[in-house]
Amino acid sequence: MGIFEAILLTVITAATPLVLAAIGELVTERSGVLNLGVEGMMVMGAACAFIATQQTGSPYVGILAGIASGALFSLLFGFLTLTLVANQVATGLALTILGLGVSGMIGESYVGQSGIKLPQIVFPILSDIPFLGPLLFRQDLIFYLSIALVAGVHWFLFRSRAGLKLRSVGDSHSSAHALGINVIRTRYLAVMFGGACAGLAGAQLSLVYTPQWAENMSAGRGWIALALVVFASWRPWRIVAGGYLFGAVSISQLYAQAFGIGIPSQFLSALPYLATIVVLILISHNRRMTLINTPAALGKAFVPDR
Amino acid sequence: MRIELERRPDVSKLFSILSPFIALGLTLVFGGIMFMLLGKDPLSALYSFFIEPLTEVWSLHELAIKAAPLILIAVGLSVCYRSNNWNIGAEGQFIMGAIAGSILPVVFYEWQSPLVLPLMMLLGMMGGALFAAIPAFLKAHLNTNEILTSLMLVYVAQLFLDWLVRGAWRNPGGMNFPETRTFDATAILPEMIASGRAHWGFGFAILAAILIWFMMRYTLKGFEITVLGQSERAGRFAGFSSRKMIWFSMLLSGALAGLAGIAEVSGAIQQLRPVISPGYGFTAIIVAFLGRLNPLGIVVAGLVLALTYLGGEAVQVSLQISDKPIRVFQGLLLFFVLSCDTLIHYKIRMMWFDLTDTTADGVR
Amino acid sequence: MSAEGEPANSPLLAVGQLTKLFGTFAACDGINLDIRPGEIHALLGENGAGKSTLVKMLFGVLAPTSGEIIWQGQAVRINSPSTARKLGIGMVFQHFSLFEALTVAENIALSMNPGVSLSRIAKEASDLSHAYGLPLDPNAHVADLSVGERQRIEIVRALLQNPKLIILDEPTSVLTPQEADRLFETLNKLKAEGRSVLYISHRLEEVQRICDRATVLRHGKVTGACDPRKETPSSLARMMVGSDVAHVSAEGTSAKGAVKLEARHLSASARTPFAVSLKNICLKVHAGEVLAIAGVAGNGQGELFDALSGEYPVANDDVILIADKPVGTRGINARRLMGAGFVPEERHGHAAVSALSLSDNLVLARSQSDRRAFLGGGVLGLIRQDAVKMAAKRISEAMDVRKSGENPPAGSLSGGNLQKFIVGRELDRQPTVLIVNQPTWGVDAGAASRIRQALVDLAKSGSAVLVISQDLDEIFEVATEIAVISEGRLSDIYPASDLSREKIGLLMGGMYGKTGTAETAHAH
Repeated sequence: MGIFEAILLTVITAATPLVLAAIGELVTERSGVLNLGVEGMMVMGAACAFIATQQTGSPYVGILAGIASGALFSLLFGFLTLTLVANQVATGLALTILGLGVSGMIGESYVGQSGIKLPQIVFPILSDIPFLGPLLFRQDLIFYLSIALVAGVHWFLFRSRAGLKLRSVGDSHSSAHALGINVIRTRYLAVMFGGACAGLAGAQLSLVYTPQWAENMSAGRGWIALALVVFASWRPWRIVAGGYLFGAVSISQLYAQAFGIGIPSQFLSALPYLATIVVLILISHNRRMTLINTPAALGKAFVPDR
Repeated sequence: MRIELERRPDVSKLFSILSPFIALGLTLVFGGIMFMLLGKDPLSALYSFFIEPLTEVWSLHELAIKAAPLILIAVGLSVCYRSNNWNIGAEGQFIMGAIAGSILPVVFYEWQSPLVLPLMMLLGMMGGALFAAIPAFLKAHLNTNEILTSLMLVYVAQLFLDWLVRGAWRNPGGMNFPETRTFDATAILPEMIASGRAHWGFGFAILAAILIWFMMRYTLKGFEITVLGQSERAGRFAGFSSRKMIWFSMLLSGALAGLAGIAEVSGAIQQLRPVISPGYGFTAIIVAFLGRLNPLGIVVAGLVLALTYLGGEAVQVSLQISDKPIRVFQGLLLFFVLSCDTLIHYKIRMMWFDLTDTTADGVR
Repeated sequence: MSAEGEPANSPLLAVGQLTKLFGTFAACDGINLDIRPGEIHALLGENGAGKSTLVKMLFGVLAPTSGEIIWQGQAVRINSPSTARKLGIGMVFQHFSLFEALTVAENIALSMNPGVSLSRIAKEASDLSHAYGLPLDPNAHVADLSVGERQRIEIVRALLQNPKLIILDEPTSVLTPQEADRLFETLNKLKAEGRSVLYISHRLEEVQRICDRATVLRHGKVTGACDPRKETPSSLARMMVGSDVAHVSAEGTSAKGAVKLEARHLSASARTPFAVSLKNICLKVHAGEVLAIAGVAGNGQGELFDALSGEYPVANDDVILIADKPVGTRGINARRLMGAGFVPEERHGHAAVSALSLSDNLVLARSQSDRRAFLGGGVLGLIRQDAVKMAAKRISEAMDVRKSGENPPAGSLSGGNLQKFIVGRELDRQPTVLIVNQPTWGVDAGAASRIRQALVDLAKSGSAVLVISQDLDEIFEVATEIAVISEGRLSDIYPASDLSREKIGLLMGGMYGKTGTAETAHAH
């Protein structure tokens, strides 16, 4: 395997959690809900996936635990913002603070343990294709899931009736309500899907990226995923493009450090965050585009008359 | 079961006051359950977490030391949040304020004068304000989401501080430890009263709270903040500029966070280290909401959250558990505050039996 | 169609003692109503009489507190719009339940059986819309359509369900007179097919024209059931309002004075993708005049208000003049200081902040123009609450604002009372120029006539008044001069006495006298 392939493989590994968390948040935001708690759900998923894997010895149980914990945790957000119509921005922050706290507490005794890495699933024949084979067909389950989820979300949103309903709720909840669409239920499901995806992204961190648990190990990836959704202007396939771009940036800083380029490591580590800001500026600069693409009801609370 | 909300015709005065207390009560109950799950006696754990730190003079001073940055930052954030500007990067502004204020005692350490301390405070405020100016500029002129940019800049500030104290600013006589030289006595914020360590940072916090409270309560500027936060369009009708408000609120909160940063470094730590804050900038968000975005409420809320830090340290010693429950307590508290605020605007009805569902098929 | 053995004339829908409480407030109180097959039945009432609440219950959007609904002889419980649609009830909402980001076909698909494919829905919708003379492009995005076209989507969406009863909530409020005529033809076609129509309106003239029977609501109660053709407009109005509404008297209007407000070739590009750009607008308002600008919603009224008020100043100073001084680039407060006053269309969140008290809402509009009286403390800018509260009280008394408590939040007032306060807030200053957008939108008849009289009186006292309105009745009541806005262009200004409804309708469609030929070709 050439050095170029090796680099691309690490880019894919770094990009997968971003793609997963972002595709989940995309569905949530398409339904009109802004969940800023991605970071918290992600780190909960990482902790629960790692703990479950250590307890059972199976990383697949770990994946399930990651998904379930993310979804359950998002339910807390859903209850506050959808049932109690609390402020979505503040509640998302609360979810992040609580997630960092709870994951730190439950994961404390697992710090420093070496984990079990999720095994690769090798597709025969396809994996022998030169260059592409090892990159795309010699990967772990979560990578395959990430691609399948993006394709699935695209199909769901733009080809299925349920997806049409979800988009309509995000465009105008009062119109959707008047047509008899259950706004609150749709949003609960969208929030939970976002939570499950963020949990899966967390599981990737603690089972694939660095198979161990460390406090705050999501390190701002949840926030980058939020920026990715804006970058993708709420379109599924653009999440992949953006995710891999960010993966490349964060990997490039690792290589730059390894090769001892004369730039302080802290400046290189800051690159992904600075890149996020730059991308946000480029995207939001076009006010017109942003206005057309943003789900019209995003962040607005809905209380039906009864 | 189903929960239904009914909008109250008027804001409930009763629940405006009660809701933070209900939230505190619920946090205590859940905290007790948490300690029980950890295998500790909940009552004694809660006692050492929340009561014991209040029983001694020295720990009251510690409380004031920890409350000072929380109150200073949260007061600034309350202006941001009331005007609908979501600065969540106060942690970064705190750090940059601390760095800017430390230029004098670290780089120009030979200059000793009574002017040093006031200049440090001023530089700290400028550092925080300038760092907050980045998301302010991006939001006001390029329409970039301030939530994400201000947060990203926290990581940048942390890395910048790390680089400084390991590189250019490292103490030449410090055996390669990642820290700056300790500040000269003229650069250290004095104690407020003789009985303990609490420094003038707490005085700044109280002063800031009172000034901002006055502004919000009595002046046209305060009115402008409220109006623009409620409706940008109504603000425009009044002739207020939401763009100028972005600048005003972000620079103000940045300056207060920067002041908190330099006061903490100059008063409590007395040098720069890679980590100078246990997450004050984020905890202050909780303080702001627990104080219902009212500067006087924030003073009380700041003391309560400072207590969770002290209590966390106390149970570490007395119960042999880690300091991790602190973050959980803080997160829970914010959750309950946000839920209880629903009671101010809505009546909540629990529907144990869903009447409409049982008759749903009446048509067919 | 109906159950066997029943007389042919038995009602399609009967409502018995239907009641809806919001808290302790009865929005509908023991309503009785029956609709026969193949009739157009009018539901008449003022804003806030309970019409919308009633039809929302019939369509399953709201659940009744008590009472019964009988559909073709059987008691039914309609707990969702899909139940209503299954029964055969279709609905065209007043505030359309459409999705701007979706296409026409997608909008229609949302209320259809999920088994039907989108392409088939598009075809059916296209066919049906042509059959009823309501042509629609199923692949167009709603955001790009005019208000009239949007209403067609709603109607086609309802018709695709093959309903026995179709409910229309204030359908003509967004149409030109000509578009309304076309709608009436469609309704008569539906009636001829044996379908029933429940037609909700507060416009007496059209109810008399097309409806077979009428039920009148007031304060949530039925106050009359009649054949509208046998009534006079004033007898219908009495049933609706409960008493005779004071007539606005425009007599004795003063002679034209100097020009107080002028726009010279005012153009402004659209700020958002959904807004209208203003194109070369010229107007003059003299002292003593009320210039009314008619037009269908969404033709640039809001944008014109924004430019004239200075909420969004324009690029050139000399395209807008107040009392002969160029102000195009100046902000709203600078224009207020020159004697202008402004009343925007939207009460909540624009003219007023719902959560703030009336006195705070007074400061909202007058913090700079009444700086001396309301502010103290020099640079501190302390608000003098006592002075503000006194002024708020004075305004409330002058305009007869009914409120609970001394200084309640603006959101607790009814639409009419809040609007009286908002208009009174400007009148209290004796403005030399007053610009009002939709002065009585959603306001009850009593408050509306009071507000209109105040506008007429202000002009008589020598001020220049510009009224932007969709309501032709209102325009003819207050205006001395009339112009029409269409797609961001303003027609010539005509003396009110020279214009008929028909002429205004033609102008609304973009047919201008001056540049007529080109525009006519464009309009069709």
